[in-house]
Amino acid sequence: MPKSWADLLDLGDRDAAAAAPSPEDAPKRRGFLRRLRESISTSREALAAELGSSLFETLDTAAWEQLEEALIMADVGARTTAEVVGRLEAEVEAGRVEGGEAARERLVELLAELAEAGRGTIDLRPDPAVVLIVGVNGTGKTTTIGKLAWHLRREAGLKVMVAAADTYRAAAVEQLGAWAERAGCEIVRAETGQDAGAVVFDAIAAAEARGCDVVLVDTAGRLHTRHDLMEELAKVGRVIGKRLGRGPSETLIVVDATTGQNGLRQAKAFAGAVDLTGVALTKLDGTAKGGIALAIAGELGIPVKLIGVGEDIEDLRPFDAGEFSAALVGG
Amino acid sequence: MFDQLSERLQGTLSDLRSRGKLTEADVDKAMREIRLALLEADVNFKVAKRFVADVREQAIGAGVLESLDPGQMVVKVVNERLAELMGGSGRELAFAARPPTVILMAGLQGSGKTTATAKLARLLIGEGKTAGVAACDTQRPAAVEQLERLGGQAGATVYSQGTERDPVDIAEWALGQARTAGLDALIIDTAGRLHIDEELMAQLAEIKKRTKPHDVLLVVDAMTGQDAVNVAEQFAAATEFDGVLMSKLDGDARGGAALSVKAVTGKPILYASTGEKLDQLERFHPDRMAQRILGMGDVLSLIEKAEKDIDASEAEELERKMRQDRFTLEDFLGQLKQVRKMGPLSSVLGMMPGMGKAMKELRGASIDDRELDRLEAIILSMTPEERANPDVIRGSRRRRIAAGSGTNVQAVKQLTRQFEQMRKMMKLMASGKMPSPESLLRGQLGARRR
Repeated sequence: MPKSWADLLDLGDRDAAAAAPSPEDAPKRRGFLRRLRESISTSREALAAELGSSLFETLDTAAWEQLEEALIMADVGARTTAEVVGRLEAEVEAGRVEGGEAARERLVELLAELAEAGRGTIDLRPDPAVVLIVGVNGTGKTTTIGKLAWHLRREAGLKVMVAAADTYRAAAVEQLGAWAERAGCEIVRAETGQDAGAVVFDAIAAAEARGCDVVLVDTAGRLHTRHDLMEELAKVGRVIGKRLGRGPSETLIVVDATTGQNGLRQAKAFAGAVDLTGVALTKLDGTAKGGIALAIAGELGIPVKLIGVGEDIEDLRPFDAGEFSAALVGG
Repeated sequence: MFDQLSERLQGTLSDLRSRGKLTEADVDKAMREIRLALLEADVNFKVAKRFVADVREQAIGAGVLESLDPGQMVVKVVNERLAELMGGSGRELAFAARPPTVILMAGLQGSGKTTATAKLARLLIGEGKTAGVAACDTQRPAAVEQLERLGGQAGATVYSQGTERDPVDIAEWALGQARTAGLDALIIDTAGRLHIDEELMAQLAEIKKRTKPHDVLLVVDAMTGQDAVNVAEQFAAATEFDGVLMSKLDGDARGGAALSVKAVTGKPILYASTGEKLDQLERFHPDRMAQRILGMGDVLSLIEKAEKDIDASEAEELERKMRQDRFTLEDFLGQLKQVRKMGPLSSVLGMMPGMGKAMKELRGASIDDRELDRLEAIILSMTPEERANPDVIRGSRRRRIAAGSGTNVQAVKQLTRQFEQMRKMMKLMASGKMPSPESLLRGQLGARRR
């Protein structure tokens, strides 16, 4: 059973007035599930092709190497790969794990353990709950916020405010505006070049005044190597802390599934500026396998919480470690 | 850019370099390290494997081990192979005999196509051409507005028709307009698309068919991982792109994806984007980049940058002053501004031979552009007399300057002291005794250990 939105969202004592999907949405939902299967199967097929079923039967030196190769090709990274494969190899040699299907299942388990670092839920208990979305340029922050706003309203009946605090990229505010309209949520807009902290401050005040449950804060994409911009981000975090008397309830870093080993550096640098609580892994609908998310979870203890699997507003869903790991090894 | 890759390779190779005699086992050990360094840099697994096998074969086969300086020879082999992997000596855009030259931009979502479109327009305009951009990304919300704004800032004519029309029609219409206007180049921005999205790939092929671009550029994010090769192969199948524009190379991405794309598709990297500002797009020089990775510096790029950004007559004047020991803080300020025109300090320094290593040692020290802001503020808070003759700056003047520049007395003191050292060094330089780049860096640029 893959993880559901109800499992993912921690609403506390908020009454979950989940709107039941209306009848006219039903065919659309079926289409969604089909698309989901298709998108996941692309990456699954790709790896299944790499890892022939006979691989786990032989488990000789060549097979171990092939296994390592497959994980590296999935962007899991040389270090994490060596760790996981090393553990499996040791267990097989010690006779604790049989070859064949059992070895494959154990591998999936080991990968899933890695991915399940830390708290796997999205904390929306505070009122309003502030969710800060950060990441490097072009990973899909604005799109993810649009989709998340739609899901929060639909799955949990929450009233959502989005804060357009990307005051740098030309037309970013317009882009979020278009998403807010689609998602049916409120928006506080900034002028290009305006101070991001000020926008967030206004958005929280507006959310309180209008009785919104959640504030999703869109920030400008920034390369993690730019000290000044990371400093600015830290300031946004401080503004939220000052305004609420507590930090944001979630700070999610958006990572593009096509990202390679640099993703680890990104997560490290952002974690230095703000208190990261999770990863949103986007663009999993291509052939990229998003193995970098495992490296981030394994090395930094920051769990993946959301995955983006398509361009439409419904194409965002809770991350399921077992399913993801199985897809990685073509289970 | 390419920093970590460069560091790792340098470490491995300096190990080899220091050996008088190499065994096959030495080479194997180095090759393992190189393979790992390449993988960590996101070079495609298969490409890395082949690269290492090639280098090993050449290093062991061609009598390198018996040569006078085998370590150096291996370094040479790696350097040559690396440059070859990235595309030999650089290639240029193809320009049409009859304008406009049409350039089609393609790539995944979020790779940076829209920004790259505006930057490329700006680069061509900087070369004295006229350029237009066509907004054919009707998919992403507000992409058209983004290009309208950035294209306008770049000084390009922007052709947009909102998001309702078919992108193929917009492209064709824009081409007609650009032709009528007699523009030298038209750059077509398209929607980001997944390489497995057949419908959108067909649309891209259709735009290509109708506008007959002279160049199709694939925009590849420098941070892309192993999948870059799949992406490139699929785009090659749909549009037969001619070259790669590497975006976001200003982070600490190791850009292995770029190397791999070239290796697998044979298409060269033509441009690299090195910052968020519109003028931060550069021609990509594979041979120079290989040398940079190996820490041999990129003096040619630096000279070109200097030629482009630094006023020649001012530079001559400055040199004369340095020789005659008439160099003042006013001149220093001017020099500071010239250097800053060339881009962030760290990227300028990265191009200097030997500086890669010095920078590493200074890491944690701030070779920070904000430090330069502070220096500027301090000098600007001085009177003309003080700038010409810093010796007059004593207690109360120092306090006034510190207050005026929002710094403190120590900072002012440090600046005047460093300036004094700098003058001494200039005298040495004028007399032909050149100090090492490292000592210049420490002494002059206000880099302080934190």
